[in-house]
Amino acid sequence: MSVDTATVAKIAALARLKVSEAEIAAMVPELNGILAWVEQLGEVDVTGVEPMTAVIENKLRLREDVIDADPLTGGGKRDDVLANAPAAEHGFFGVPKVIE
Amino acid sequence: MSEYRIKGETGDWEVVIGLEVHAQVVSKSKLFSGSATAFGAEPNSQVSLVDAAMPGMLPVLNKECIRQAVRTGMAINAPINKWSRFDRKNYFYADLPQGYQISQLYHPLVGEGEIEVSLDEKNPEAVKTIGIERIHVEQDAGKLMHDQHPTMSYVDLNRSGVALMEIVSKPDMRSPAEAGAYLRKLRTILRYVGSCDGNMEEGSMRADVNVSVRKPGAEFGTRTETKNVNSVRFVMAVVEQEARRQIDLIEDGGTVVQETRLYDPDRNETRSMRSKEDAHDYRYFPDPDLLPLELDEAFLAECRASLPELPDAKRARYEGPLGLSAYNANALTAEVETAMAFEELLASVAKASGKGEADVAKRVANWLLSERAGVLSANNVLASDPKNSLEANTALVVAAESGAISGSKAKEIFALYLTGDIDLAKEIEANQQTSDTGAIEAAIAKILADNADKVEQYKGGKEALFGFFVGQTMKAMQGKANPGVVNELLKKALG
Repeated sequence: MSVDTATVAKIAALARLKVSEAEIAAMVPELNGILAWVEQLGEVDVTGVEPMTAVIENKLRLREDVIDADPLTGGGKRDDVLANAPAAEHGFFGVPKVIE
Repeated sequence: MSEYRIKGETGDWEVVIGLEVHAQVVSKSKLFSGSATAFGAEPNSQVSLVDAAMPGMLPVLNKECIRQAVRTGMAINAPINKWSRFDRKNYFYADLPQGYQISQLYHPLVGEGEIEVSLDEKNPEAVKTIGIERIHVEQDAGKLMHDQHPTMSYVDLNRSGVALMEIVSKPDMRSPAEAGAYLRKLRTILRYVGSCDGNMEEGSMRADVNVSVRKPGAEFGTRTETKNVNSVRFVMAVVEQEARRQIDLIEDGGTVVQETRLYDPDRNETRSMRSKEDAHDYRYFPDPDLLPLELDEAFLAECRASLPELPDAKRARYEGPLGLSAYNANALTAEVETAMAFEELLASVAKASGKGEADVAKRVANWLLSERAGVLSANNVLASDPKNSLEANTALVVAAESGAISGSKAKEIFALYLTGDIDLAKEIEANQQTSDTGAIEAAIAKILADNADKVEQYKGGKEALFGFFVGQTMKAMQGKANPGVVNELLKKALG
């Protein structure tokens, strides 16, 4: 697998990263180097091996359906939640108009 | 039901429809955080640091949301995947603070199922099975308001992180009516199961409508997806408008582009959402914050045991063992509340009258659907009025069932009871109709004597006069005579 200039430009656009043409040109060989390095894993025969989903043997824990059981991860924190917002008005986040 | 075809310049077209329904899961707290889900709260008051995607916060899955989705899957006869996984769907939008939605692309919780929809209320044979591809669980986004400020959109994250079930149908629908019937039936099932309140006005159910057109029998055409349609009527309108637009486009030499569209109810048209041009490149990958979800047999057994009797089974039972008409069975099962009210009253009447449920079912059904409904609406009384109680309804239906009062008297007394201040038991007692044959015979004898001329005409063949004699007898008995007995005695007296 390898990427070209257009693919890198598209990935950058999807990730909302502003990358100049010169930077993209430099990135193409770098990314291809990384991809080639990772691709070496494809040389290992994994026939019959279950895909590994996590490095630690562990089960997903489920939470009971209780409101604000843990105050740290509960609601009712409007001021905290809005504290870093560039614009907060009437309890809302204000963002540049995004109407269709 | 005849096939739905749209006339074009080049002949008839067929429309192909698939629906992706987002149903908000009934749960107290969100899918991955403990903040509340109640509708209508102050903006951003039900937002935790997890929902606002503050750095370092980790999702912890809500068991109840999984339970509800599993129960829903079981209700549509779908296999439940004991091993499923959450993926990140990456996109940027102001209502999505994480920059990705946690969803399930590769390993959904629920596999293929189906539901049977009725296409004609009056014809119980007109049914169609619509396939369901999958149900997966995902986070809802926040809400944007565009009309509050000249240059800004306002964001309320209360809905951000609330659990949704995405219920994906197969492209099995072929007309706006089928799409509407599917959505209504799905809503009914969800409300029976209790996994979604089905409140479309509050956005608890929203549909993405996939539409394509083709010449009958041809390959599927290119589809468009109209997002976030929030009523049955609008879904049907989208299908109609979008099919028409695609046909006109193709017949004018154009090509349908696979794209995301928006429905504008005010102008009844769909239009392209240009901002979503790249939107299908979501770069899904397994969410590294969450391990795979593994369910055990005990959990599934509990989910299965908690399922109520579902609408199709209920309707079959009402028509079969209870002997109701198809129409009444349908009317009683369409809304879960109606079915519950019917069963509650049925059990109560059967117990109070000492009869079997099947013996009183017809009368209870008629009372609920027609007589009581008529009295409530004629007197502007809500069904939720405390006077419209189980006790009062039971007393009236039992009295009518035993023949103590007539059906029309029951309605009269009910109206008086709802609007006035009367003692229901006394009023029923006072209006008891009599089957005392002696008293009725005496009344009949007097009426026949007073109307000798009409008796002659009747005997001469004018049988329509029978109704006159019944009326006169009932009047003489002040409406309290048992009509069956009156008929019988009159027939005998008139020879």
